[in-house]
Order: sequence, then C-alpha cells, then structure tokens
Amino acid sequence: MRVPRQYVRDPGDEPPAAQDELLAHFDTLIASGETVEPRDWMPDGYRRMLLRQIAQHAHSEIIGMQPEGAWLTRAPSLHRKSVLIAKVQDEAGHGLYLYSAAETLGVDRADLLDALHRGRQRFAATFNHPALTWADTGAIAWLTDGAAVINQAPLCRTSYGPYARAMRRVCQEEAFHVRQGYDMMRALCEGTPEQKRMAQDAVDRWWLPAVALMFGPPDTEAAGAGGSDARTAALGASVSRRAIAWGIKHHTNDELRQRFVDSVVPQAERLGLTLPDPAIRWNEERGHYDFTPVDWETYRDALGDDTHWARQRIAHRRAAHEDGAWVREAAAAYAAREAVRSGTGGTGDAGDAGSTGGTGSTEESA
Amino acid sequence: MSSTSTEREGAPASWEVFLRPRRGLAHQHMGSVRADDAAMALGRARDLYIRRGDPLSLWVVRSDAVHAVSPDERDPYFSNARHKPYRYPEQYAPLTGQFTEFREEGRDDDHHP
Repeated sequence: MRVPRQYVRDPGDEPPAAQDELLAHFDTLIASGETVEPRDWMPDGYRRMLLRQIAQHAHSEIIGMQPEGAWLTRAPSLHRKSVLIAKVQDEAGHGLYLYSAAETLGVDRADLLDALHRGRQRFAATFNHPALTWADTGAIAWLTDGAAVINQAPLCRTSYGPYARAMRRVCQEEAFHVRQGYDMMRALCEGTPEQKRMAQDAVDRWWLPAVALMFGPPDTEAAGAGGSDARTAALGASVSRRAIAWGIKHHTNDELRQRFVDSVVPQAERLGLTLPDPAIRWNEERGHYDFTPVDWETYRDALGDDTHWARQRIAHRRAAHEDGAWVREAAAAYAAREAVRSGTGGTGDAGDAGSTGGTGSTEESA
Repeated sequence: MSSTSTEREGAPASWEVFLRPRRGLAHQHMGSVRADDAAMALGRARDLYIRRGDPLSLWVVRSDAVHAVSPDERDPYFSNARHKPYRYPEQYAPLTGQFTEFREEGRDDDHHP
C-alpha cells in the first residue's frame, strides 16, 4: 500500500544538522504564540504528548455518552428527551472532531479505538461512575461539563492548530451543555421536596468525580502530602511544566481546579444545594474559595478503576463496535460494487486511500 | 513510505469537509470524516458539522485528492510572495498630501528584479 505523505513528516528523514535548524524554527513558533500545523516539523516528544492527550480526550467524549445515554428512554418529558439526545449527539461529535484532529498527527482512528478497547489508552475516569437517577443527568452536565469548559477553554489556544480548531467548536457546544444542566437542576430544586432531595443526592455523588477527575491528578508539589505521593505529584508537575512549555497546556491542573471551585460555589448557592465539602469557604486573603485539596489519596479514591462500572463502559463500547461490524462491511461492499459499476474503481478501493485525515488541509493546498 | 503510512488497510476513506456557513462566505474547511462513498461522507459530514445554524452548502472531497505544498518544505516555490515590497501600495507616493512627506529613501530597494 502506498500512502501519499500529505501530512506526516518523519523526524528521522532529516539529517542531524538540519534537525537543529528545524527545532529552532519550532521553538520560535511556540515562543511567538503561532500555531504548529500538521506539515510542520515537530519534536517527537511533542507529537507523542499531543497524541496521548487528544486520544484520551476523544475517548472521554465517546465513553461520556454512556451514563447520560442510559436515561434517554426514561426522560420525564419529550422536551427533556430532545435536549438530552442533542447533548449526547454533541458528545459523539466532539469525539469525532478530536479523532479527526488526531489523524493529522499520523495515526488512524481505528487504531486509537483499538487502543481504547484493549485498555492501552485511557478515558476520563469520571465516567466510571454510574448515573443512578434522572437528576444525575443534570448534575453531570452542570458539574462535569462545567469542569470541562474551564479545562478546555484554554485549549482553544493550544499550540497545535487542528486541536485548537476542534476545541473552539467543542467549547461553543459545551456552553449549551452546562446551561441546560444548570437549568435542569434549577427545575428540580424549585420542584417537590423529593425532587430537590434527588438533586442534592446527585450533586453529592458527582462533586468529587468533577473536581478531582475532570482536571487530572494533582500536579503542583504542594499537593503531595509527603512520601511516594509527593514524588508522584512532583512527576505530574514536571509533565505539566513540559506541556506548558510546549504551549499544549496553559495552566496546571490545580490552577484550573481552583478556577472551577470559584465558579461553581456561587452557582450552588443560588440553587440552594450544598457541595459535599465542609472545607469550602471564601478566603478573603487569597481571593478564592478554599476547598479540601485534591491529593493523590483523594484522587485514587475517586478513580473507580477496576470497578464493575469501569469494566462495563469498555465492554459496552466494544460490543457496540463489534455489533456494528456488519454495517461497516456492508458499506464497504456497496461502495466497491458501485465503483465497479461506474467504472471509477476509486471509492471502493479504500485500502489505497490517502491519509490526510484532518483539519487544516485547504490552508496548505496550493 | 510505509514507515509513515497512517491509514489502516481496509479502513473507510478519509474525506475533507467544507461548509458554506452563510451567504457571502466561501466554503470553509471544517475537518474530516471517514466514509466508504460520497453519499455516506455527505451524510456523516452533515451529522457531524451541521447540528446547528442555517448552513447553505456542504462539500466533501476525498483527502487523497488534495494536493498540497507548504513553504517550510519548498521555500523557493513560494519565493513569489517574499521580499517583494514593491508589490505593496505603501511603497509609492501617496495620491493626496505633499510629496515632501513621502520619504523615498525609506523604500526598500534591496531587491531589484
């Protein structure tokens, strides 16, 4: 199979002297705040870090459809059902924007899905938690999507062009998710005492997954309590510093976590709901809300790895993929037959297709 | 070439998606979808890139039909655009005001044809 190398440039192709020059050019782009685009030379570590982050992000979007998707057939009204369908469709779309962006780095999305199914790439552990009541769909949208917006808004300026462009589209849509989730919590809080209890119960269960897991592990040295956790936090801090130096991230996980707490505490007060952290109080001196720091122990507790639900998410995803195999085969067979009929031979011969796969190509077409 | 071949054998083809979001604008590149034929690519592009708004037109083009070149790979190819200040209007005497205010020595005459 010969694939036109429209995007990918192998760093190994260049002689060592030229590599210094290429690296200098790359560093200049990052320093001046310009985006790195698919055909630009980039250090291998940058490409690997991006791929890992974009793939994990894409996987989180499509696995994240499951907790809420489970309530689609049980929504209390046609309106709420329409809203929830729109939201879950958006999550699928976000996954696809991101797989498209990942493909500009020289991978095939089929391989990324394989890695997800085999447990070689991760997704946000937030979605290892089950949505037990209808109110959970509101709490998930308000709290975890609210956390996602804060986490993702700076990614609209991430240094890799296709990722930044995908994130701009994602963020516009996430704003709808948060608003409708908050609106749903408002409706429940203004409803019967039973509905309000249901809302509080959902917040009690989704607070920790949102505040701990949506921002990633602690990555400032202060967050490690000492011992091996301090070393792990120091390692996390050095990865974050690398990501910030490359312009992939702009803030540490812990900074964004604080920003989230600051935004969501007043929202909870307006709803009359209590966030399940007794340490939350306004700190005049810092100009921020204090809250129980997310240390490694808290983070591990929140992960829910190796639980029934964590296994269920991947099993469900794999089953959906395997059950859909006949559809993919039928589509390929149909396209091949039509290509023979029309004498083009083109579209059916999918194995010889080009590998551009992503955002940004027209800017480069001559 | 196989060392960087990225598309998996037998995977559906990649298609670039272009959308005219509203009147007065050209089609804009949105991203890509995977599909076995054009009809399916259009359907997937619609589902993915048009969940909101009032779009006017949608194109899909097989990714391998896009031929591309970029400056950092083939610099001389783009030399037409570089170091040619005489292609810009501000290099010349203004149509209004005094000529004395126009400093010809400020003109970059380094690049005679």
